[in-house]
Amino acid sequence: MPMLTRLANPARFMRASSTALPWLGALATGVIAVGLVWGLVFAPPDYQQGESVRIMFVHVPSAWMAMSAYLFIAVASGVALVWRHPLADIAAQAAAPVGAGFTAVCLASGSLWGRPMWGAWWVWDARLTSVLVLFFLYLGYIALVNAFDDRTRGARAGSLLALVGVVNLPIIKFSVDWWNTLHQPASVLRLGAPTIALSMLLPLLVMALGFMLLFGWLVLLRMRAALNERKAHALRLYGQLAAGEPRLPMAPPVADVAARAALR
Amino acid sequence: MTRKQRRLLAVVAGLSLFGASVAMVLAAFSSDLVFFYSPSGLIARDIAPGHRIRIGGIVERHTVVREDDGKTVAFRITDGKTNIAVTYTGILPDLFREGQGVVAEGELLPDGIFAASTILAKHDAKYMPPEVAEELKKTGHWTEGSVPAGRPYVMPAAVR
Repeated sequence: MPMLTRLANPARFMRASSTALPWLGALATGVIAVGLVWGLVFAPPDYQQGESVRIMFVHVPSAWMAMSAYLFIAVASGVALVWRHPLADIAAQAAAPVGAGFTAVCLASGSLWGRPMWGAWWVWDARLTSVLVLFFLYLGYIALVNAFDDRTRGARAGSLLALVGVVNLPIIKFSVDWWNTLHQPASVLRLGAPTIALSMLLPLLVMALGFMLLFGWLVLLRMRAALNERKAHALRLYGQLAAGEPRLPMAPPVADVAARAALR
Repeated sequence: MTRKQRRLLAVVAGLSLFGASVAMVLAAFSSDLVFFYSPSGLIARDIAPGHRIRIGGIVERHTVVREDDGKTVAFRITDGKTNIAVTYTGILPDLFREGQGVVAEGELLPDGIFAASTILAKHDAKYMPPEVAEELKKTGHWTEGSVPAGRPYVMPAAVR
């Protein structure tokens, strides 16, 4: 925790993340490459589904990341609302398109898997519908944050939406247990031993780790871009002020805590 | 109480209240959120013939019969307590087989037979290589599809 609060300082965050970024990128690429080759080539086919089961190695990790990324956004939004940490809003907003991307991959790969196995591209059962709601929550969050001229007000509204939407996460997770669904129940994250053979579980976990690293890499990249953008914005404003330009900018720099902190 | 604590309290209280209300709504609509009814659930729900519904369960062993036209298939869906006769004309999904989960969409005929217009295969949560499945069958540790057939579905008199 002390390390986290230390990194909450934007200037320190920029220094630490610039060291971590290339490592994260290389690691994510490597782990995903290993996981893909393992899952698509070396893992055995399924006794029922045959080769189609390999869609699982993309579908399941992206579904896990779709939910984890949303949880990340919700926690960051809570921190932003309560403690007003300058980096929390930036982290939440940086993660949103990445999480939306994982959700889109999850929905698309699930559809491709459902057609040959179930006999339908899409059904309106509780699991599929709740994941579609998650996707719309991501889009709604992104739209809401960008709908305000004042960045702080947009961030506040977005944080509230992100927190409200968090009730959807247990609904997604337990939909297959609470209601009759066409989607199968959990094979890995369940009470009791996984119902998936170890030779398939291992590449699945490697892919999950790879997607996690990819998420971390993309979020750091986007956070750094957002901080740099705010810094550039603030510098331009100060430049205009110093040059004695009479017109004041639309968003006064004093409102932007992150930009002021980044300048220090 | 500091302002931070007050904000934390507001967020936690707001979320708990909202979560509780969503939970209550979901519990109230729980029976309408199902994707399909089980054959036993069908009796409890008093569904009249002609309503478009889905039923789901296991394809009962040794009940799949193909008609001479090569397109029509008849079988029974069981949940272990009740079974129901289903007829279907069309292409079956790859995973459709005896002892496996299935969801049929269609309507009840007045004689209690379910006329399906769509058949979806339901996959269980088990994944294993074919060799492992063979081995389990050989050593007698195979439990799949051993669902008791149950009693045939009889349409409740109230809806007939």
